[in-house]
Amino acid sequence: MLIELLVAICLLGAGVVFFLPDRFAPKASLGISLAPLAVSLYMYAVFDGTGNALIDGSGSIAFESMAEWITVGPYALNWHMGLDGVSMPLVLLSTVLVPLAILASWTPIDDRESQFYGLVLFMEAALIGVFAALDFFVWFVFWEGVLIPMYFLIGVWGGPRRKYAAIKFFVYTNVASLVMFIGFFGLVFGLGDNITTLDLPAIAGALRAGELAALGPIGPELLAVLAFFAMFVGFGVKVPIVPFHTWLPDAHVEAPTPISVLLAGVLLKMGTYALLRFNFTMLPGVAQDYAVFIAAVAVISVIYGAMLALAQQDLKRIVAYSSVSSMGYVILGLVAYTTYGFGGATFQMVAHGLISGLMFACVGVIYNVTHTRMVGDMSGLADRMPITTGAFVAGAFGYAGLPLMAGFAAEFFIFVGAFQSTVIPNDGMAIMTGLAMFGIVIVAGYLLWAMQRSLFGPFSYDGDYEIREAARHDVVPLLTLIVLIVALGTFPNDIFFDMIQDAINPVIDMGDVVLDYGGGA
Amino acid sequence: MAITPDWAAMAPVLVLAAFALILFIVDSIDPDSTNNPLLAGIAALGSGTAMIVAVVYLLSGVGQTDGAISLYGGQLVVDGMSLLFIIIFTSVATLVHVGSIDYLADQEYQAEYYMLVTLATLGMSLMATAGSLATVFVSLELASLPSYALVAFLKNNRGSVEAGLKYFLIGALASAIFAYGISLVYGVAGALNLEAVASAVTGTELAGILGVGILMIAMGFAFKTASVPVHFWAPEAYEGAPAPISAFISSASKAAGFVVLYRVFVVAFPISAVASAIDWVLLFQVLAIVTMTIGNFAAATQENVKRMLAYSSIGQAGYVLIGVAALTGVGDQSLAFGAGMLHMLVYGFMNTGAFLFIAMGEYWGIGRRFEDYNGLATKAPVACVAMTVFMFSLAGLPIGGGFLSKYFLLLGTVSAGVWWLGAVLAINSALSLFYYSRVVKAMWIEEPNGNLEAVDRRGYPSGLYAAVIVAGVVTVLLLPAIGLFSGTAFDAAAALL
Repeated sequence: MLIELLVAICLLGAGVVFFLPDRFAPKASLGISLAPLAVSLYMYAVFDGTGNALIDGSGSIAFESMAEWITVGPYALNWHMGLDGVSMPLVLLSTVLVPLAILASWTPIDDRESQFYGLVLFMEAALIGVFAALDFFVWFVFWEGVLIPMYFLIGVWGGPRRKYAAIKFFVYTNVASLVMFIGFFGLVFGLGDNITTLDLPAIAGALRAGELAALGPIGPELLAVLAFFAMFVGFGVKVPIVPFHTWLPDAHVEAPTPISVLLAGVLLKMGTYALLRFNFTMLPGVAQDYAVFIAAVAVISVIYGAMLALAQQDLKRIVAYSSVSSMGYVILGLVAYTTYGFGGATFQMVAHGLISGLMFACVGVIYNVTHTRMVGDMSGLADRMPITTGAFVAGAFGYAGLPLMAGFAAEFFIFVGAFQSTVIPNDGMAIMTGLAMFGIVIVAGYLLWAMQRSLFGPFSYDGDYEIREAARHDVVPLLTLIVLIVALGTFPNDIFFDMIQDAINPVIDMGDVVLDYGGGA
Repeated sequence: MAITPDWAAMAPVLVLAAFALILFIVDSIDPDSTNNPLLAGIAALGSGTAMIVAVVYLLSGVGQTDGAISLYGGQLVVDGMSLLFIIIFTSVATLVHVGSIDYLADQEYQAEYYMLVTLATLGMSLMATAGSLATVFVSLELASLPSYALVAFLKNNRGSVEAGLKYFLIGALASAIFAYGISLVYGVAGALNLEAVASAVTGTELAGILGVGILMIAMGFAFKTASVPVHFWAPEAYEGAPAPISAFISSASKAAGFVVLYRVFVVAFPISAVASAIDWVLLFQVLAIVTMTIGNFAAATQENVKRMLAYSSIGQAGYVLIGVAALTGVGDQSLAFGAGMLHMLVYGFMNTGAFLFIAMGEYWGIGRRFEDYNGLATKAPVACVAMTVFMFSLAGLPIGGGFLSKYFLLLGTVSAGVWWLGAVLAINSALSLFYYSRVVKAMWIEEPNGNLEAVDRRGYPSGLYAAVIVAGVVTVLLLPAIGLFSGTAFDAAAALL
């Protein structure tokens, strides 16, 4: 019942905050958002999941709950929730980032506050639901439920081109959802009478057992491939992978900075999480058959994202494009199908969530003070804003993979795992990994350069605002994130990686059995 | 569950009739009454009571567990489908009554207004229970005649009068064609009772006459449900009518058309019996595709919100037509059929709510175009949240019951082997998000145009607010709680087929 409690707190909180007078909303929403944080910390403390939530018989699922919802024709739709080692860290990531984002909103958001904070809490409920739902239908309701508040948060409180950015975000992600939906239902109809629910573990089990049959003129092998790529594209837009990334910089630049924190920190992880759950757990055979293609997409995302970051002057765009680059590593880790690759990819979702959150929060604080984000418009802020500068430097090093920070652990796991991988013959994965490593170098180089120009050197600034250290409630999120990033980088195994390994090893262990999908095996 | 005496199964209809009479008496005691809340209260109490009775009947299994209750020699039939649709009509009518309190504040003939709405609801409820072509025709006229008068209710407004006249002329023509179709079917079958017609037309030699008769009857229903090819009256009538009446006609009247369409075609003309005369499944497949596509494309090009909603309701009619278009005899037939009923149920709330929101806009006098709603959320956030729910639910996003009923329709088409019908539904549904989200964008994201002082000047209409909020809450609740009705809808569908 704890998952339901989490969702209910956020939803009720959203309702309450929405109707509060504007001046109470910031503090009330912060207070309310601490409740799900406390609950999820408790859940983390007593977490006892030992298996993968989608693979029956691989071990236990924590906090599982199941109730009948509706029966429609051949399918029963159930309220099925539960957490395993993959989803627990992501739920925790959401509940940690939301209070910090709320805190970071106190300075920049000065209009229609109660609606703003209400929508943030509503989005938190949907995010938790996405990571915890184990029935396709429930999951899809939450998945789309994230979209709606985000549309408003960008469209109402965003920058000058917010209308364009909001519509672009909405159209991209909705079309992607439709493509994914069609792909997934291709699988469901292909399974025919072999499934009686839309329970994700049941569907994964049926696919694993080779029960996929032909759908009309499309044979089972082709159906699996088509469905895989429909879902890959659908989720890839959310990640985003090149070439579906163009909505992201617009959305990030126009969104208010605290919303960028949530967008980069948690929303992008919905895409990689869904890829992990649907594509790579349900159809591992297809993923391995097309590993070259997928790894190539990952490497292109890494390199191209980093190159695009090089070309930017806007600090937010730099961080946004480097997110595209970082998410490429997640795909690379997933396709490797080794404990370290798959686990590292999951770990990277959390690590990148914290690091990109920190970077966006820093950019936000700088913008609140200087009212510009352009690298060339300021320099030498370090003397007047020492704490923010320090946090920015820490974030940049995190991106660059400094040891003892979360980014290092994550990328190290991914590279080790990808080097070990044999999904591509003739050491193909090793070559891909080697190429992908250049991404880090480019991003590190560019972040250092941007820092040097805007934060260090002699002070210069043409604007009309007084430059001084940000308020305490702006600095608290930065410091909190640094502490978490260092903790995660120093004790990766104890905090999350052991838990993640329990959940992903059953996927890796499926090994060659799963290659024999479809047909009457 | 059986019920004694038999006629007690008609209690919801009798309640409506009684309250229509009460309104009549109140009006004759004080003909010039402008005690609007009292009149609206009586009317809302009547439709509300009828709704509660129908809900209790539906959930306790009246006419379902022991088979349909047949009254007066089969002239009236009470079963799960009729009760479900009576719930739709009465709840829409209740919302409309409550929403009309503010809207009618300065108008004459208020008692007549509520009485006509109640009588039209009564006619629709009879349509839902009609068991023979004679009662179908009589109840259809009982529902239609008050509607014509109601559309032209603002008699000093040229738009309203023109809309009423257009609606009346086309409606009269449709009724004539419909009656002629019935006479042709009677000529072939020698019976009017739906089941008797079914057994009489099986293997008839007069297949040609029967086919023409069925086609004419289908056109009569197409008029009532505002489906292509006789949909063109709808945008005019919905736009010209007072907005609460637009809500009433586009939700309840359309649902009434569908309930008789469903019953007449499934019971009187089972496709296996009349296939040699006319393949009406194919006919409805074509009509469904054309109706949803034309409705959606036309809605996407509108600049006037009320007119956009009018075209969108044509598109929604296309979705519901899938209920009969998927009766191919393959797979689980009750799925798409029941899904059509459920979509009508959810649509009843979300569409009524949307039109009542427009009524609010008319009450304030802020204008009719998309731009006129710019920034409205700064003045009326609660109503705008409700409108957002209606728009997204109509578009099929999972924020209201519209998502589930549409998905059930999709599932039904696939299980009936007409997946291409589902594909057209999915594409249309994705397209519809474009124009529905324009309203949302205007309300929340655009800057106000300076026409919103009217909101402060006229204040907040409490009746309309109550109706819109209730419709919004029910729309949202139908997402988790659709199970309350989905079981009975699918059972009712299976019982008929």
